[in-house]
Amino acid sequence: MDKRVADLEAALEGVEDGMSVMVGGFGGSGAPIELLHALIDRFRATGSPGRLTLINNNAGNGRVGIAAMIDAGMVERIICSFPRSADPRAFTERYLAGEIGLELVPQGTLAERIRAGGAGIPAFYTPAGLGTALAEGKPTARFEEKSYVLERWLKADVALIKAESADRLGNLTYRRAARNFSPLMAMAAALTIVQATRIVAPGQIDPEAVVTPGIFVDRVVEVPDPQQEEALMRAGVSH
Amino acid sequence: MKDNKLSNAQIAWRAAQDIADGAYVNLGIGFPEMVARFAPEGREAIFHTENGVLNFGEAPAEGEEDWDLINAGKKAITLKPGAAFFHHADSFAMVRGGHLDVAILGAYEVAETGDLANWSTGRGGVPAVGGAMDLVHGARRIAVVTEHVTKDGRPKLVERCSLPLTGVGCVTRVYTSLAVIDIDANRFVLREKLAHISLEALQALTGAKLVIEGGVSDLVVPEI
Repeated sequence: MDKRVADLEAALEGVEDGMSVMVGGFGGSGAPIELLHALIDRFRATGSPGRLTLINNNAGNGRVGIAAMIDAGMVERIICSFPRSADPRAFTERYLAGEIGLELVPQGTLAERIRAGGAGIPAFYTPAGLGTALAEGKPTARFEEKSYVLERWLKADVALIKAESADRLGNLTYRRAARNFSPLMAMAAALTIVQATRIVAPGQIDPEAVVTPGIFVDRVVEVPDPQQEEALMRAGVSH
Repeated sequence: MKDNKLSNAQIAWRAAQDIADGAYVNLGIGFPEMVARFAPEGREAIFHTENGVLNFGEAPAEGEEDWDLINAGKKAITLKPGAAFFHHADSFAMVRGGHLDVAILGAYEVAETGDLANWSTGRGGVPAVGGAMDLVHGARRIAVVTEHVTKDGRPKLVERCSLPLTGVGCVTRVYTSLAVIDIDANRFVLREKLAHISLEALQALTGAKLVIEGGVSDLVVPEI
């Protein structure tokens, strides 16, 4: 078994028009910038993949990563909890012009919907959102004297993930708080594509330290010295 | 004291005095983050951030930031010894599962019923909710830090919220620029107020009845 692929283009093969794409990261922490920029380059060269639904906590910052995908016109809809950032122009302009869809989900519900999608649990009850606009029209039920809102699982065609270490079997570790949504998204997508800062031999990652077991991963591409979204944003970089 | 009311730092200081030794605490983004600076000497509180860190510390010096190590407000943080990383589903298991002792949040409006509005001004633009709707149902105690009135002088403590709700019946204590108020049985119960402000004046700045129950103490906060 060898999930390594030679380059970003090979890693992204099969990402097509109209797909739903989970993107790991919380703000710039964990954003798989090289995978996202390679997708943008392909879109600019070929016109595909477009009409994407992106699933992320946020909706891009500055002129790189998800914001650059929106600027490029690849994104039809975003499912997220917090579409604001230090520089949210890309999303805000298209949203206010009615050119991009938004499904706003409480952050913990977003995480649990993705986890449920990966775990084969079609729906669950949560207290979050009860009695608010975000739960309007959703069924509720009472358990032990309290009411809860029914929420559905969330799955995707593709997940794009940034890891720290990976091996050819797809076992992953993450760097510091860059873990956030990535282990959940890796479970919930039909095709999970990982960029890893280093690929090591099987056994080099202590089994006790594996965060995402390789069963959830389809492809791994090595991207040494990856770019960091927040650092790019602060440097004023546009992709 | 400036303008005869507490500054945000002083409100945060007062809220911090109620954090018990050993408490697990989540602070909302923005002004509530200041509470961490005033944790009382000799008490160990462990701070949680939604994006997957327990036991983080102060902001790093400028130029020392590691942007993979941030809080829910996307600000750079540092780690204390004994910190832990975890993914988002575990993070919100800590939130909704009742494992946090207190969450201290900002507010646009708080109602005497404990309803909180803090995510949408209802005026259009881009809506954003983040983790607020999860937090209000998780922690054992939900406290709010806020100015007593809006910038144009309207009460933020009201009978019923007029803005979109974050949660129903969730807030238990409010620390304002003028007073400390508990929410008990759908009533605002006044616990502390600044000495210079009369009860009548405070009531006039509050959009619902202030109940007195067992005495009101002076709200005393150091100059910060």
